[in-house]
Amino acid sequence: MKHKVATTVNGHPQEHEVEPRLLLVHYLRDVVGLTGTHIGCDTSQCGACTILVDGKAVKSCTMFAVQAEGRNLTTIEGLAHDGQLHPLQQAFWDEHGLQCGYCTPGFIMAAAYLLAQNPNPTDDDIRKGLEGNLCRCTGYVNIIKSVKSAAAMMGGATEKAGERAAAAKRS
Amino acid sequence: MAITTMIGAKIHRREDPRLVSGEGHYVDDFTRPHTLHLAVVRSPHAHARVKSIDITQASKAAGVVAIYTHKDFAKVLSGTIPVTPSFVAEKNQIPPHFPIADKEVVYQGEPVAVVLAESKYGAADAANLIDVDYEQLPAVMDLEKALDAKSPKVHSGAADNLGWDLTYIPDDVAVMKEADVVIKQRILQQRLAPTPMEPRGVLAEYSRGDGTLTVWMSSQNPHFVRLFLAGAMGLPETRVRVISPDVGGGFGSKISPYSEDWLVPAAAKLSGRPVKWIETRTESLQTTTHGRGMIFDLEAGVKKDGTLVALKVIQYMDIGAYMGTFSAFQANSCLLSGGAYNWKHIGARTVGVLTNRVPTDPYRGAGRPEATHLCERMIDLLADAIKMDPAAIRRKNFITDFPHTSHFGLIYDSGAYEKALEKALQMAGYEKLRKEQEEGRKKGRYLGIGLSSWIEICGFGPSAGTAPATGGIALVEAAQVRVFPTGSVAVYVGTHSHGQGHDTTFPQIVADTLGVPYDMVELHHGDTAEGPAFGYGTYGSRSLAVGGMAVHKASKKVVDKARKLAAHIFEAAEEDVVFEQGQFYVKGSPDKRKALGEIAFASFGMNLPEGMEQSLEAVAYYDPSNFVFPFGTHIAIVEVDPETGNADLKRYVAVDDCGNIINPMIVDGQVQGGIAQGIAQALYEEVAYDDESGQMKTATLTDYLVPTANEFPMFELDHTITPSPTNELGVKGIGEAGTIAASAAVINAIVDALSPFGIKHIDMPASPDRIWKQIQTARGTSHDGKEARR
Repeated sequence: MKHKVATTVNGHPQEHEVEPRLLLVHYLRDVVGLTGTHIGCDTSQCGACTILVDGKAVKSCTMFAVQAEGRNLTTIEGLAHDGQLHPLQQAFWDEHGLQCGYCTPGFIMAAAYLLAQNPNPTDDDIRKGLEGNLCRCTGYVNIIKSVKSAAAMMGGATEKAGERAAAAKRS
Repeated sequence: MAITTMIGAKIHRREDPRLVSGEGHYVDDFTRPHTLHLAVVRSPHAHARVKSIDITQASKAAGVVAIYTHKDFAKVLSGTIPVTPSFVAEKNQIPPHFPIADKEVVYQGEPVAVVLAESKYGAADAANLIDVDYEQLPAVMDLEKALDAKSPKVHSGAADNLGWDLTYIPDDVAVMKEADVVIKQRILQQRLAPTPMEPRGVLAEYSRGDGTLTVWMSSQNPHFVRLFLAGAMGLPETRVRVISPDVGGGFGSKISPYSEDWLVPAAAKLSGRPVKWIETRTESLQTTTHGRGMIFDLEAGVKKDGTLVALKVIQYMDIGAYMGTFSAFQANSCLLSGGAYNWKHIGARTVGVLTNRVPTDPYRGAGRPEATHLCERMIDLLADAIKMDPAAIRRKNFITDFPHTSHFGLIYDSGAYEKALEKALQMAGYEKLRKEQEEGRKKGRYLGIGLSSWIEICGFGPSAGTAPATGGIALVEAAQVRVFPTGSVAVYVGTHSHGQGHDTTFPQIVADTLGVPYDMVELHHGDTAEGPAFGYGTYGSRSLAVGGMAVHKASKKVVDKARKLAAHIFEAAEEDVVFEQGQFYVKGSPDKRKALGEIAFASFGMNLPEGMEQSLEAVAYYDPSNFVFPFGTHIAIVEVDPETGNADLKRYVAVDDCGNIINPMIVDGQVQGGIAQGIAQALYEEVAYDDESGQMKTATLTDYLVPTANEFPMFELDHTITPSPTNELGVKGIGEAGTIAASAAVINAIVDALSPFGIKHIDMPASPDRIWKQIQTARGTSHDGKEARR
């Protein structure tokens, strides 16, 4: 018994027949073939599978694929444009906001939603905004710095962002 | 060595662009055509007899291809999961460990059967349909009771539950009597789950045509897995290829081989199709090896003037139901128990105890956090007893002469312990904090300042020490450097990077040694089909001090050959050829130069010196002359609310010394993450089991409290630099430092905060509940807040 599900993933329309119980994260990874969204737990604690559903951060293990019918989904693979990293991706790189990288896509997607809601967050705003995501490598110190740095880049600090991009290319 | 330009530079990690873009490749991201999904049926009991396994219903389930149990695996697997001699060469018993249970299960989560199905949902469904009939047996959970002769046995039929009992140095009652004050204390080390964000996983493909096995898995140690797997499956190592791609954290839990590392490849051989298994988080918490799990009985003596006299250590270690491959490594708690200090005598004994829990094995720090914790707690207890400032007692007793030979025969290579302490005190504003503490107490505010002057042993390790410890394989490290005709450089290493940034730091070393642009150097690791014959993996903060040196050594071999060729081209004597920043020239003629890249091109031509073979290529195995001993001082500042028992970590200062630094950004990242894991042990995490049934009570991340961003302040970091004389780069290790230091700093701070209540010690995790109860007890009120009757 399969159900049709039609979504838009990173701007591309997708249509598949899936089991009604298929989790959205498994749909993205195993059916659509986008493996950047990771799975780190069974109980929706870790946030590694966070994506944007119609612009809102959602742990994609908490939704069935069929519930995404007609929705606009953005995964980590859909953030960069024209070969340019999204400011959050750039900032995580600049600030050493990742080590093993497994939780990183989830953090970046959760942070994208956070910055959309609050373009100038304080450290504590960032901590609270990202409390649904677990990282085991960084102690969160550089993740907080990364999100602040991205906020600065996105808030029109264009000159600094340009410098960073140029510096990143050098290294 | 050429003048350094890259070593010491903050170079942004080259692995990051793909990892931030979702283009990393972790084991679950790999697929092979026609792959079957494997689900494991596990014991729900800590200890039981397996009476029968009924697969009738499961076999009929949609998409099920095969169900295998012990009898099937016994046809393709032999032997037992290996146990190294490690630091306890003589063991009382090592229970044989076949990767799947036959007649008896000895821990909750032990594999009993596996299902192979066309889909992972189908495999999980069918696993639920397998009906195993168990007869429950008593579970051995308590370390002390387990040693009682009348205790039930972890393995039915065993004579006792003793894994080992080794006295390194007997205690000396006469020396202890020289002390003016002697303190006895029991300190608990709760079990911890390493919890890398990526659980374990294995994908295996066996080609019946040519008898080759390819395994993709999440491992810190692919070469050792190849060695063990080849043995268990009766294949030559040449036909086993283990690929450990991007790995989402290890923290020690992906060093040793696991049941599934055998079962998945064996299932691929039995079924003739590729097989994939990805661990769930509950499986991870229940079956991936735990860390810590110890009881320390301690006694320490001091003179009135603060001179340390003697320390007596008994370590009871919860081994679990089987001995982990590197389980006995954690007995190093005894060897490091004296910490950074001069003691007249140290007596130490380790006792390994089998229980019906999942095995323990190294977890970040593996024995050294426990050593620091016990030592730094005892130092504070002694300081308190003689009314001496915790900084002053440390200063008075630090080891100051290096190299220093410890009571256990270890040679501390270099150190400047007081320098790190003073820097940390200054950063923290120690004197001012003590005043604030005094003022605060008058207003009912309980501020605590906790010091932890840690040391560790890492850089495993010299062949003389490590070959006997592993059972024959010296934990040296191998590197191969290949220079291509146009000067690009590929480097193959036996270490494995899973967050440590080797793709960036190792090329920094190569770029400086060869004098070539950093961008022309590329690192390869994690595939046993590439590079030297053997690799030794990444653990024990060994990658730089051993692996980095192998890379350096191989690069120098390349330079030596290039110099010979340059001399031939220049028609000069070899000793007259100068190599400087990647350029060769003849002494006195610095204008005529040839870059290493030009020599590389020439090395593939015909104008070579007599007897020289084409190419610039070298393999090096580096055997360090000693271990390395990083150190530092951490200071935690907490405020405890006596009404709620909450310990608020307000600041955290860390001064660490890992010798010379290759990339300061990466070093700080390692320290930050390490500190977080140490704080997590001090305040939040504990693997809890029901004492009667042996059921794990913390088998999801809802129950096992991995801290979030809310739980940590921004850490204040700095360094001192005391180069190691052990290796040419002057480097030590930094991967475990933060974790080794942090739990003692936090607990010392909490006890310091609670000292007005007369509280002398608190065990971990120091949860609000535990702190509150201890305050109530100290105040003489019962836990419901009412005045206790006396």
